[in-house]
Amino acid sequence: MADLALTLFPANARRTGRKLLRNRAFVAGAFLVTLVFLAIVLAPLIAQYEPNRMQIRMRFRPPSSEFWFGTDNLGRDMFARVLYGGRLSIEIGFWVVMLNAVFGVTLGALAGYFRALDNPLMRLSDALMAFPSVLLAIGIAAILGPSTSTAVIALAVVYIPRTARILRASVLVVRELDYVHASRAAGAGDWHILWRHILPNCMAPLLVQLSFVFAYAVLSEAVLSFLGLGAPPTVPSWGILISEGRSYIREAWWLTVVPGIAIAVTVLGLNLLGDGLRDVLDPRMKIQQE
Amino acid sequence: MSDALLSVRNLTTAFAIESGSTIAVDDVGFDVRAGEAVGLIGESGSGKSVAALSILGLLPTPPARVLSGSAMFEGRDLLKMPAKELRRIRGKRIGMIFQEPMTSLNPVFPIGEQIAESLRLHERLGNEAARKRAIAMLDRVGIPSASRRLDDYPHQLSGGMRQRVMIAIALACDPKLLIADEPTTALDVTVQAQLLDLLNDLRRETGMAMLLITHNMGVIAEFADRVVVMYSGQVAEEAPIETLFDAPRHPYTQGLLGATPTLAQTEARLRTIPGSLPDPAAPPPGCRFAPRCDFADAQCAAGRPTEIVLAAGHRAACRRTDATAAWQTA
Repeated sequence: MADLALTLFPANARRTGRKLLRNRAFVAGAFLVTLVFLAIVLAPLIAQYEPNRMQIRMRFRPPSSEFWFGTDNLGRDMFARVLYGGRLSIEIGFWVVMLNAVFGVTLGALAGYFRALDNPLMRLSDALMAFPSVLLAIGIAAILGPSTSTAVIALAVVYIPRTARILRASVLVVRELDYVHASRAAGAGDWHILWRHILPNCMAPLLVQLSFVFAYAVLSEAVLSFLGLGAPPTVPSWGILISEGRSYIREAWWLTVVPGIAIAVTVLGLNLLGDGLRDVLDPRMKIQQE
Repeated sequence: MSDALLSVRNLTTAFAIESGSTIAVDDVGFDVRAGEAVGLIGESGSGKSVAALSILGLLPTPPARVLSGSAMFEGRDLLKMPAKELRRIRGKRIGMIFQEPMTSLNPVFPIGEQIAESLRLHERLGNEAARKRAIAMLDRVGIPSASRRLDDYPHQLSGGMRQRVMIAIALACDPKLLIADEPTTALDVTVQAQLLDLLNDLRRETGMAMLLITHNMGVIAEFADRVVVMYSGQVAEEAPIETLFDAPRHPYTQGLLGATPTLAQTEARLRTIPGSLPDPAAPPPGCRFAPRCDFADAQCAAGRPTEIVLAAGHRAACRRTDATAAWQTA
């Protein structure tokens, strides 16, 4: 994440990088997120067992040195299941972020730059934001039927208006800056100005917003899966693990608690990362820091 | 005048405000001949910048609207041109530089990139050729070791350097006319002088014409061949530079010169013009300067004065030019 920020803000790259490293929230968040990503990517190397290998005689083993996170009702190793399950959660989060980056930025930029489009686009986003976010996601997922791509679409629809709104606000500020006027005086057209001069200068708030969207998406995906509206149960995402473990919550607490902790750690890490980015990149926060 | 590069006639620009509209530029006309430096001078709010921005179609519409007039440039009317064609003239045939060098460069791109941008837009140059031209331009505006500076970001340069970069951008495509809107106002006096020298040199080298917008009499004196004085959205007086300083005939011009400190001055206080600029939404009915004018009589307040041509290239919008002729420099 730090590298991304550096390439996006070459002008102040070194200073921004140093400030990020001094920001405790950012460092803690980056640490947690890196930890989660490493664990998920290296799952085949770390986990001793296959996530779907059943050992009926090993059912309901509590966490031990052999099964770090215990086993479930079919004797499957929870450590492997949580690591592999994270892959799906993170993957869904990633695609929601990507859709947000593409559509949220497009809609926000259009609404902020072309004033005639502002009202229709923003009223539409108001309408979408009027629904409680989880309810809207449940509604969309229920209509489209449970699948991984359904979850991605449902969560993207929920968060795109929020991203668009934030980008629109930044575009409204940047479009009035002197260098935009100067570029127009030099003969640049609307699209050129938008792409070359406005969007690159709206990256900071966008980056912060996307890190939060990632966190919310992981969380909401767990909610959808728990309710049976996310990915099909054959692929265990964290939400599904919790949902399955719920029946045995009295006998085997680890079946719900462990994936719960995984979600909490990931979301906490992403939120801290976003907070740190915002503290360093948001011009209004800078006043307090310097 | 047929030899004019830019010929503005009857330009009237209005801004929509809550209670209707206010006329910011009222029936303004002036010429800029090829290779000539014309100063457009006036107080803040006199409409000088709005006039220049109207010509290039750079005012946000709404709220601004050009109500009437023409601006003939190289035989074509800029005010009636489709947006797309006007865009090809901006930055290519007419360059423009602004007041704020600190904020007029995009902070996320190196300066060389920003010079090359206008070359790529207008001359379809490739990256390598644009880079070479950018180095040449930086060199020309007096930035030392240009090839190394090319990859600097705006925040690494001082205000004077940035204004030099802005000039390099404006001149990259060899425009016939450069409009400079208070180019030195935000800079130190010493840097101001250097930049004015630079602009003068560049003008001599390239033979381009220049329209310099300023409120600074000193800058005008150093720079312009001819001066257009604006007051409250209208042209008060137009004169060659020597005439303007030696024998101004409009009482407003006289007041401005009287309010300029000179080295020979013995008075402790500067003379000022009493009162302030009229409200543009409700200007006085007759001569707009009448309420502040020592020479004004009842007729001045009644009707707008017609322009009187006093000599070739010298005109003033004043009824009492006979009375103002006695003016002497203090």
